Amino acid sequence: MQTIIISSPLVSHRLSLALPVPRSPLINYHHGAPPSIRLSSHRFTNSLRLFSSAAAAAASRDSEMATEDVQDPRIAKIAASIRVIPDFPKPGIMFQDITTLLLDTEAFKDTIALFVDRYKGKDISVVAGVEARGFIFGPPIALAIGAKFVPMRKPKKLPGKVISEEYSLEYGTDKIEMHVGAVEPGERAIIIDDLIATGGTLAAAIRLLERVGVKIVECACVIELPELKGKEKLGETPLFVLVSSA
Amino acid sequence: MFAVENGLQGDPRLKVISDAIRVIPHFPKTGIMFQDITTLLLDPVAFKHVIDIFVDRYKHMHISLVAGVEARGFIFGPPIALAIGAKFVPLRKPGKLPGRVISEEYELEYGSDRLEISVEAVKYDERALIIDDLVATGGTLSASINLLERAGAEVVECACVVGVPKFKEGQCKLKGKPLYVLVEPSQFDELAL
Repeated sequence: MQTIIISSPLVSHRLSLALPVPRSPLINYHHGAPPSIRLSSHRFTNSLRLFSSAAAAAASRDSEMATEDVQDPRIAKIAASIRVIPDFPKPGIMFQDITTLLLDTEAFKDTIALFVDRYKGKDISVVAGVEARGFIFGPPIALAIGAKFVPMRKPKKLPGKVISEEYSLEYGTDKIEMHVGAVEPGERAIIIDDLIATGGTLAAAIRLLERVGVKIVECACVIELPELKGKEKLGETPLFVLVSSA
Repeated sequence: MFAVENGLQGDPRLKVISDAIRVIPHFPKTGIMFQDITTLLLDPVAFKHVIDIFVDRYKHMHISLVAGVEARGFIFGPPIALAIGAKFVPLRKPGKLPGRVISEEYELEYGSDRLEISVEAVKYDERALIIDDLVATGGTLSASINLLERAGAEVVECACVVGVPKFKEGQCKLKGKPLYVLVEPSQFDELAL
């Protein structure tokens, strides 16, 4: 791997080229596999790595990162707008706070545009959003691509008849629910959440939709925490993220 | 005020919106006819009508902040915010927002709760719009108005998709702030379930 070191007034970066990323057969790609920015908030750590992919296929199934060219300024702006809060909700967790992204009208607009550009015209009729931050990103995407928005909720929130799927937490289990009849067999869906950590919630959402015959084209998140290897829980379903946070 | 009293009389979109909302009787408890907007979200045309009507109303009101009440306000707020170039600020249940927050307790139609806002989200004197899916007692929206004002914003209006009829003309202010509602509660259709 090649390593390039650059410095900026605020933060020092280390750029490196990583192994290439396999492609989903369901999505049209622009030339080249897209690079991405791995960023931690400059307030708390000072490393930034830019990954880009070479042409040949690789064994590892890394997540697909956004941007079709190394210079795309939108990703850097989006990453920079995300605030990291240490020790929230409990000690040791570096919380990725997207509320600051929502305060930056350009960054929020760009976030939605990046997802819409990827999913429009792909015959996707369902955007499923995971409660609660998936409710913020899902509907603008659904409206722009002409799909329905399906909220996937914690237990007992949805008023009608539901189907539910259990998943594991660090301690115990939780459930995710969807209304019966919200989706039909054969529909093509994407699942949206703000962040993928362990992948437990997204994996449960995938299982729930698959149980009713829906094809999940991709899971899409603003942020990935790659050390938690959430992607491995998603099975055959591809994952697309804008920002990877170390 | 209801949309129909305020320039949208005869607008066919209002019926499309109303028809798309499903009523679930006795949820979350006996006697409550729950207005389920998830069926509206399954109808991209109806959902877009909701957003279009709100955007048309607010795009020239110099609103820089759209606050949405967790969780269904998160569905309607962001598309409006994006379209009018405002920031979106989530008003959340306790303990969800990181960083410095202020909180406000309020009574619900069924129970009581607390809402929080991030103090850094609001600039002094910003013009704000508050969004929720439905207004019943007005308790949640009143708490939201309190939060926005305590954080320094000027609340221009509260907006909901569904509102009980008492918020028609004459009763259309909450804590002195105007309230704008698209449709009245849909009626339960026994045959539809």
